Amino acid sequence: MNAPTPLDRLLAPDLDDAHLEALEEEAIFILRETAAAFERAALLFSGGKDSCVVLHLAQKAFKLEGSRKTRLPFPLLHVDTGHNFPEVIEFRDRIVEELGEKLVVAHLEDSIARGSVRLASAGESRNGHQSVTLMEAVDEHRFDALIGGARRDEEKARAKERILSHRDSFGQWQPKNQRPELWTLFNTRLKPGEHMRAFPISNWTELDVWLYIQRERIALPGLYYTHRRDVVRKKGLLVPVTAVTPPAPDETVESLPVRFRTVGDMTCTCPVESLAADAADVVAETLLVTISERGATRMDDRTSDASMERRKKEGYF
Amino acid sequence: MGFALRDDADLAPIARRPLRFLTAGSVDDGKSTLIGRLLLDGRAILADQLDALEARAGGGEPIDLALLTDGLEAEREQGITIDVAYRYFATRERKFIIADAPGHEQYTRNMVTAAAGSDAAVVLVDATKLDLGATVQLLAQTRRHALLAQLLRVPHIVFAVNKLDAVADATAAFARVRAAIVAFAAEAGFAPAGIVPISALHGDNVSRPSTLGGYDGPTLLALLERLPDDDVATSGAALLPVQYVGADAGSGAGHRPRVLWGRVARGEVSVGDALEVFPSGETANVTELYVAGTSVGRVGAGRSAGLVLDRQLDVSRGDWLAAPGSVVPSTRFRATLAWLDSEPAVIGRRYWLRHGNRWLHGRIAAIVSRLDIATLAGHEAHELGVNEIGEVIVETQQALPLARFADDRVAGALLVVDAATNRTSGALLVREALQGS
Repeated sequence: MNAPTPLDRLLAPDLDDAHLEALEEEAIFILRETAAAFERAALLFSGGKDSCVVLHLAQKAFKLEGSRKTRLPFPLLHVDTGHNFPEVIEFRDRIVEELGEKLVVAHLEDSIARGSVRLASAGESRNGHQSVTLMEAVDEHRFDALIGGARRDEEKARAKERILSHRDSFGQWQPKNQRPELWTLFNTRLKPGEHMRAFPISNWTELDVWLYIQRERIALPGLYYTHRRDVVRKKGLLVPVTAVTPPAPDETVESLPVRFRTVGDMTCTCPVESLAADAADVVAETLLVTISERGATRMDDRTSDASMERRKKEGYF
Repeated sequence: MGFALRDDADLAPIARRPLRFLTAGSVDDGKSTLIGRLLLDGRAILADQLDALEARAGGGEPIDLALLTDGLEAEREQGITIDVAYRYFATRERKFIIADAPGHEQYTRNMVTAAAGSDAAVVLVDATKLDLGATVQLLAQTRRHALLAQLLRVPHIVFAVNKLDAVADATAAFARVRAAIVAFAAEAGFAPAGIVPISALHGDNVSRPSTLGGYDGPTLLALLERLPDDDVATSGAALLPVQYVGADAGSGAGHRPRVLWGRVARGEVSVGDALEVFPSGETANVTELYVAGTSVGRVGAGRSAGLVLDRQLDVSRGDWLAAPGSVVPSTRFRATLAWLDSEPAVIGRRYWLRHGNRWLHGRIAAIVSRLDIATLAGHEAHELGVNEIGEVIVETQQALPLARFADDRVAGALLVVDAATNRTSGALLVREALQGS
């Protein structure tokens, strides 16, 4: 039923930069709204591509050209699972230093030490436990707004999330009780202990993100472009060989040219085979791609059709 | 992370914004199938998502396109959509954002949410549900969807007459349904942007031209691709609600005044323009203008601008900047109220109102009437319940620079928030500012 689409149609879209201008305008509007309406906002920054785009948008929203020594009106916040790719953490720290921003790092290890996170096994994916550490950081720093790079095209439960999404004092999302969002008249009112999640790039797709990275020449960790990496094939995914994901004795390790489409916890993020060396190559690949971003790369999202919704209700970003 | 520098100092309104449209239809009208079809034809459905559908359909069965759009667990359990979902696809011509509003009556608030800010509405009409005799009567639900879209000033209303593949004489049936839609729209005072006979199931006239219904016009997708996005109020006296006041933007040398950021609601602002601050009434001239950190000479409606004024004035979020003399403040107005809260609207109770970027207290002084949304006729009423729409008189604690919603969707709209629960309770569309009290 899925007739092949002619290559020229895919590779020569007439979509010009104008739609990126509109998306940028909307994102910057939401960033300023969040900074203005809340007392203590923070921008979630992991070094992943979506958060790099949001950070870039924030630079454009709050800093005038020629006066880049100004700081953003909010700090950056990263929940470090302890299982992040080392090159992403290095990238994160380098960008923060270059821009002169303040970074708050909340360590999942600290939650384990406190006992608020208990792993079922040492090798268990820590992705699902991030929400505990995140909420601990919210309490400690009294954040009332968290800005994130989630997009509605990522997953079906996200498609229903508001741009400014209310969280109760347990950090929980109540999908059946969302506030109607009318025009840009955001309902920013909170009670003590509650907070808001703000998603400036809600209306962007994976392709929009890459077109924007290309247009704005946004720096990303090298993992997003082609590099050789040892991987093991498992259930149609390429599982990277790392210190926390060693190969089993019966598994064959291959060295392949790969890139990551999403970068998260090492235990659940997989690369795809690719020779894309820069953003333009990735744009071309994205136009031809046939597997969704999370389907190709996230082991945790494959467990259940509803896994994202459950985690979001628990306070996951 | 460098800035992309741009050469053009004057920024025109964004030329090709993504087209945001809402889809409205009753349960079983085939709305989810239509959206699935648009996503599939727009290449937004990828192989793993199709696999999931094929797995659910079982061997040999055709996949159910409607399953692409039910996002929440409760929706899959109940087989209905509960909340507005946003979907994305692009053609060569345009990027599209679908705001998918559930059709059943108790979720009218979702339809209002989807309609607010949409450029177009696609109203689904299920041909198999109509008595296709000589004079076709549209369903109350269809009238309600179209009238709500019109009430919220969605610029373009398109009708998609679905399931024509399942009626005996599609050409005669479409001609009759079409005549009923034309008559209804004329009575309601709007011109449909298109009436397209489709089969969402088989794809006729969605993106693939077909003679179904004896039709030779553009497909639904071709029609949407060509709709103008002329919704920005580029003419008129400049008006801008102050959204964010930036810290001193020191370039290193000497003192620089603050930057006032806000999206131009109406008209345009240029360097050198005089602007009046509302409510203080003070005036100043624009000495510098910015868009996203870049210095520009002029900014038009629909874009956020950063302004530096030649005088240090006391301006904060919630204030307005306007062409001098253009603002007529009022504390009392007549408005359409769409009520979205399960607790009814109460006369005299103090609510939070948001107008532009200002929060203030206000109350409903009187309920003039409740609208029968299938006819837009007014009936006497003393309260408004959830999903009801009425005409009300509102009084505010502070004077506001109001405009008619029909003329200005920024200065003409207010949000109503319950002061006790913080729930978003309603939307006010200003019909007329009233002087005195």
